[in-house]
Amino acid sequence: MLNASEILQTLRMIDQNKLDVRTITMGINLMPCVPGPEEGLCDRVYDRITAQAEKLVPTGEQIEREFGIPIVNKRISVTPAALLGARDPVALGRALDRAAKAVGVNFLGGFSALVHKAMTRADEALIRAIPETLATTDVVCSSVNVGTTKAGINMDAVRLMGEVIKDAAARTADQDGFACAKLVVFANAVEDNPFMAGAFHGVGEGDAAINVGVSGPGVVKAALEECRGEPFDVVAETIKRTAFKITRVGQLVAREASRRLDVPFGIVDLSLAPTPTMGDSVAHILEEMGLEVTGTHGTTAALALLNDAVKKGGVMASSHVGGLSGAFIPVSEDIGMIEAANRGTLTLDKLEAMTCVCSVGLDMIAIPGDTPAETISAIIADEAAIGMINQKTTAVRIIPAPGKTVGDSVVFGGLLGEAPIIPVHKESSRDFIARGGRIPAPIHSLRN
Amino acid sequence: MKAVITVLGKDRTGIIAAVSNLLYQNGVNILDITQTILSDMFTMIMLVEIGQDSEYNVVREALLDLGQEMSLEIRVQRSDIFDAMHRI
Repeated sequence: MLNASEILQTLRMIDQNKLDVRTITMGINLMPCVPGPEEGLCDRVYDRITAQAEKLVPTGEQIEREFGIPIVNKRISVTPAALLGARDPVALGRALDRAAKAVGVNFLGGFSALVHKAMTRADEALIRAIPETLATTDVVCSSVNVGTTKAGINMDAVRLMGEVIKDAAARTADQDGFACAKLVVFANAVEDNPFMAGAFHGVGEGDAAINVGVSGPGVVKAALEECRGEPFDVVAETIKRTAFKITRVGQLVAREASRRLDVPFGIVDLSLAPTPTMGDSVAHILEEMGLEVTGTHGTTAALALLNDAVKKGGVMASSHVGGLSGAFIPVSEDIGMIEAANRGTLTLDKLEAMTCVCSVGLDMIAIPGDTPAETISAIIADEAAIGMINQKTTAVRIIPAPGKTVGDSVVFGGLLGEAPIIPVHKESSRDFIARGGRIPAPIHSLRN
Repeated sequence: MKAVITVLGKDRTGIIAAVSNLLYQNGVNILDITQTILSDMFTMIMLVEIGQDSEYNVVREALLDLGQEMSLEIRVQRSDIFDAMHRI
């Protein structure tokens, strides 16, 4: 029999500390849609998604009712769309948007291309169609993988992505460049990530999969409040124990969803994903460890400990841990990060250092609207280099807010939050980005 | 299925009677019950067996309505979530 204190602890985690399952994401392979006449491709894609994901939302809602745990998002990820070779990628993007809305999910990821070594003609066509697609659809998310540890960095793609991000921002200028919030540039992208905007159903996946993302920064923060002043051994142990409990909930939900939908279970992604609401912040966990403001000296070490302890606690709690797993640091989506950026303590350079040890990268950062495309490309190149050398996933989701500059802020609302404009270096990277070509894959002996 | 019902709120007469009566009317079997008063707050935890999975939503709705009526926080959750979190 369960004891009362355990039951009340679980209720407290859900009610007061905002423990939730952040997303149930159904991965759907779209390759079976390819054979057949080109003009029917969009219809075949629409039919496949709506048939496969028909019951996703009601099933998620029923699991939510039965277990009493909020399941915030139900989402879909699809095969990187460039692989379908559509002659009109924008039309394909709109078909994805219609299908996602028909089944009631709040985002669909996979308007994507994997170009870490080189671009096919279809890849390039899709990438060039990203701005128009994101500006004229509502729930489609896009990602482009520009580098890997084994292939190096495709600097032609990096250059192109700087231009694409600027174009996407310009087309949604009336919404502070909102299209850029739905676009991620990756290095070492993972194939089973359930989180947006970077989710896609990788080429090594099966016909369909259920991937679940759990969250709970508030729960970790509350647990650390109980061990103020204790040494880091205690801090790490406390985070591990908490991550274990959080992940067990994710595993339970994933197994139930998989069984009821008759879709194989893929992975649980145990990422601490913040939201802009109070009590749901990763920055506040770092500050609970003893930092006055996130971004000050010690932040990288605190984040490294957090990220590692979350993974260690989670791996034993689930049969398959995957995705991005760790701690996210999206600036606009985290009330503590917003405060730290407003104070000027959290800078772009410090965020870059933090991405060396967190689970992803530069995320939801607003920069001045007049930032040149080649500066954005250079930011992407730096981030991809960190990922390539350290064999980790890194990403850039950056918003050059049209007409705005340092001192202004952008407001996206909902889970995407708001962010102050952070300054970037004024000195040019133009000649560096103009070179193009490839940065070769790194050597992995002689490591220092 | 086995479910845990938690009832929290200001103590008053008739809480246990109202909840158990509702469960009885819906054919739900009570397996275990603990109840205490924590600083004036009535706290009751029940482990119950709901015969058919399809009855779950009906029982849950009825309990939520009762909670509103009596100004109590009533929650129903499958017991698996507590087992998952607290048992290896």
